[in-house]
This record gives sequence, C-alpha cells and structure tokens, in this order.
Amino acid sequence: MVEIFGVPLPALMGQLMLGLVNGSFYAMLSLGLAVIFGMLNIINFAHGALYMAGAFLAWFGLQYWNIGYWQSLLLVPLVVGAFGIVIERTMLQWLYKLDHLYGLLLTFGLALIIEGLFRDQFGVSGQPYAIPDELSGALNLGFMFLPKYRAWVIVASLTVCAATWFAIEKTRLGSYLRAATENPKLTQAFGINVPVMVMLTYGFGVALAALAGVLAAPALQVNPLMGSNLIISVFAVVVIGGMGSILGSILTGLGLGVIEGLTKVFYPEASATVVFIVMALVLMVRPAGLFGKEK
Amino acid sequence: MATAPVESLRIADLHAFYGESHILHGMNLVVNRGECVSLLGRNGAGRTSTLRAILGLTGRRSGSVMLNGRETIGLAPHRIARLGVGYCPEERGIYSSLTCEENLLLPPQVGANGMGVDEIYAMFPNLKERRHSQGTRLSGGEQQMLAMARILRTGAHLLLLDEISEGLAPVIVQRLGEIIRHLKEKGFTIVLVEQNFRFAAPLSDRMYVIEHGQVVAEIAQHELAERREFLQEFLGV
Repeated sequence: MVEIFGVPLPALMGQLMLGLVNGSFYAMLSLGLAVIFGMLNIINFAHGALYMAGAFLAWFGLQYWNIGYWQSLLLVPLVVGAFGIVIERTMLQWLYKLDHLYGLLLTFGLALIIEGLFRDQFGVSGQPYAIPDELSGALNLGFMFLPKYRAWVIVASLTVCAATWFAIEKTRLGSYLRAATENPKLTQAFGINVPVMVMLTYGFGVALAALAGVLAAPALQVNPLMGSNLIISVFAVVVIGGMGSILGSILTGLGLGVIEGLTKVFYPEASATVVFIVMALVLMVRPAGLFGKEK
Repeated sequence: MATAPVESLRIADLHAFYGESHILHGMNLVVNRGECVSLLGRNGAGRTSTLRAILGLTGRRSGSVMLNGRETIGLAPHRIARLGVGYCPEERGIYSSLTCEENLLLPPQVGANGMGVDEIYAMFPNLKERRHSQGTRLSGGEQQMLAMARILRTGAHLLLLDEISEGLAPVIVQRLGEIIRHLKEKGFTIVLVEQNFRFAAPLSDRMYVIEHGQVVAEIAQHELAERREFLQEFLGV
C-alpha cells in the first residue's frame, strides 16, 4: 500500500476529506459572522446556536412533518433567517451605537437560552439523521473510498461561499452592502435604505448558519451542543482570517479544516488545539489577521 | 426674473444636536430653485452641521426643514435624499471598498433627468480613465470630481456641497468653479459651504453668514462691495 510519511494513503485522504468537510462548515459559519460583523458591528455569539437550530429543524422536519432533506435545505434557512430578522428588529437594532461588548453579551445570552431549551427537550445525546438515498454510499476513486455525502457537503458549501463572495464583491447589491458597511450614514444620505439592509444582512448571515446546520445533520449527529462545540473554532477562524473579511473567512475556514484534519493523522494529540496555535502564530505576525486591514 | 421664485429649501427655527451638545440654534434660511447660495462663517460656526441637519445626519433635530414645500423634519435620511437631494460631504466620502465606477453608480436615482454616465465621463474625463481603480486610490482632485459626479447622476435637483475647493490645486479649484457655473446654467439649486471666500463669492447669488449655529447676516451678490468691511471683520477675508 502506498504510504506518505508512514501513513497509508487512504487514511491520509480520508482525514483530508474530513478536514475539508469541517472546513466547509467553518467557512460557511465564519462567512456569516464576517458579513454580520461588517454590517452590524456585532459579534454574533448566537451563530453556533442557530446552526444547531438549523440542524434540529431539519431533524424535526424528517421526524414529524414529512419534510425531506432537500426541502429542508431550502426551508430551514428561510425559517431561521426569518427568526434572525425578528431578533434583529426586537433586540439587536438598539445596540448598534453601543460598544461591541453589548452585542456580544446579548447574542451570547441568546445562545445560552436557545441551547438550554434544546438541551431541556433532548438532553445531550445525538439524534441520528439519515443520509438521503441519492447521496448514500461511496465512490471508489482507486486510491480511496469517497463517501458521496462528504463530497456533496464540500461542493455545496463551496458553491454557496463562492456565490456569496460574488454577490458581495461583484454585483450592484453587493456594492450597496460594501458601501453601507464602510460608511452607513453617508450611504443612507444617498437614499439607500440602510436599516433594511442591516436587517436583511443579519437574516442572511443567520440563514447561512442554518444551511450549514442542515448540511451537517446527516454528517454529524444532531445534538444541542453541536453549535457550541464548533463555534469556538469558528471564532478562531474569523480572527485568523481577519475580522470582517469575506474572502479571508472562506479561505481560512477551508484551510484550517485541512490543517486540523492533517494534524489528526500526524499528531492526533494536537488536533483539538492546532487551530488556536495557528491563531496565536498569525496574530504575532499580523495582528489584523491574514486578510484583515489594519485600522 | 420673470417668474416668481419657487422655494427649493426653507429652513425655519432649526435646532440640532450631537448627543448633548446643541449645535444649531434656530437656523432660518431660504434657497430658491435655481439659486446658488453660500454659507460662510468661521470653522465650527455650524455650516457643515446645517447641511448634515438638512439630511437628518445629526442627532436630534427640531424646527422645520421644507424641501419643495414638503416638511422633512421627521423623515429618515434615505427618505430625505429620495426627495431629490444630493450631498457631497466635506471629507468627500469616497468608498475605499468600491471602485471609482462603483462609487459613481452607487447613489440610486432620486429624481428625473439625472446626467447619463457618458455625459458625466465627458465632463470628468479622468474618472473614465480611472473607472476600475479603487476609489481611494484616486488623487484628491479626482476624488472631489467623483464626489460631485456621483450626485449629478442621480437626478438630484438640490446639491449640498461641503468645502469642495478645500485642499485642491488652484487649477482644479478653477475647474470646479466652471463646473458649478455650468450646473447653475442647467438649473440646479446649489448650497455651497465654503471656507474659500474668493471661490464662493463670484458663484453665489446670495450668501448667508453663520455664527454660533445661527444666521447673522444675509448678503446678496450686488451688496457684496458695500458689505466687504463687515465680511472682512467676520471672516478675515
């Protein structure tokens, strides 16, 4: 069998794929955080809880309402996005003029409440979510078996990230968003309805988290703590990529997933901490993150 | 003038605040359609704040700001802009995250008869050349042209221009003067806030002198010579 540094190739490729899958979730979540932070100036600590809520909503759908995976992929982000808009209108909109700390505290409190409600109902054990028939099984690539669902997660999330990047950087609506992020008052003085854009941005960012949650449901177990397990790494990704940078959050998310996967192969003891080691190293050299701009 | 003047902007007893600090203390002024009016005064007198207060960009406001006979004191800034107001801020407000052309195309249409992009590029050839450059990579003069061009595209009929000649080379200031004259001929209503008296005086039909957030004098173009001493005392020109 072919080996690389003493590791069988299929094992190495397997971990690399897992790393990419995790990286896909990091990328989608940190992308949402970046867009929200840019526009609302709020560090959305509720992001992990809403990702978890997305996964649970998909599970409810399958379990009780006869809503399949593919419908959930569309419906769940809409429902959670709408919930996000309610949060923004009723709570967040009062915090924009205050220090970051207030937004962080409020969303952290929301995360605790949402997670607490799910834990109260479902405990901490995971609920299984079956992989849809179309995506079950694996492809034999010769040098490895590639589970179809993992490949799908990577392709789907890369497509979503690329589309988001394109929409923000290359379209007219995106130019409104960039302008409103950079100078909201002046942008409003040109006649653009910035408060509505802010509201929709939060809804969109949160919908991305929910979409990641639906994608994660069959890949991981649906568990009330799945968000808080992931979100700490996601914040590290955001810091490494540079707060508020769109491209930075996507590339860093994928990159760190891969680094984490490879660490699991070569030095498993460090796999839980490698993200934070990278963060410390990056911050020593570039305090604003890899893609961030110094203020 | 054959026809009676139509009011484009009427400000009455306007008070405005930034947080706790009271910055406008009962402003009163009128700008008729097609007029070019300058707001003169020392730094901190409240000229920039007056423009910002018209658009609702200050904190709390009270009093009255009528645009074309419509009360706007209770409207949000984007609603006010939609009534046909174009704003060119003192710091120019060119977005670094947008290209030159994206900056130009950013403000939505707020009125009919905005200039076409081709017409604007004919007026400001530099902007066409540099349309793909990042907005803030443009020179100071180009940024000022862009900040002006941006609001001409929108069909705004009332232009609020804040210190557009500041920090620019004399040849560019001269070019800006020509542009203002051209815009007046086209029937735009213009409010200039200017430190540069020599730039503003020949362009203005009337001038308001502002001090401590109030209008202290109104001077028409034909009164300029006789009021020179007063202006000298007030503005040090």
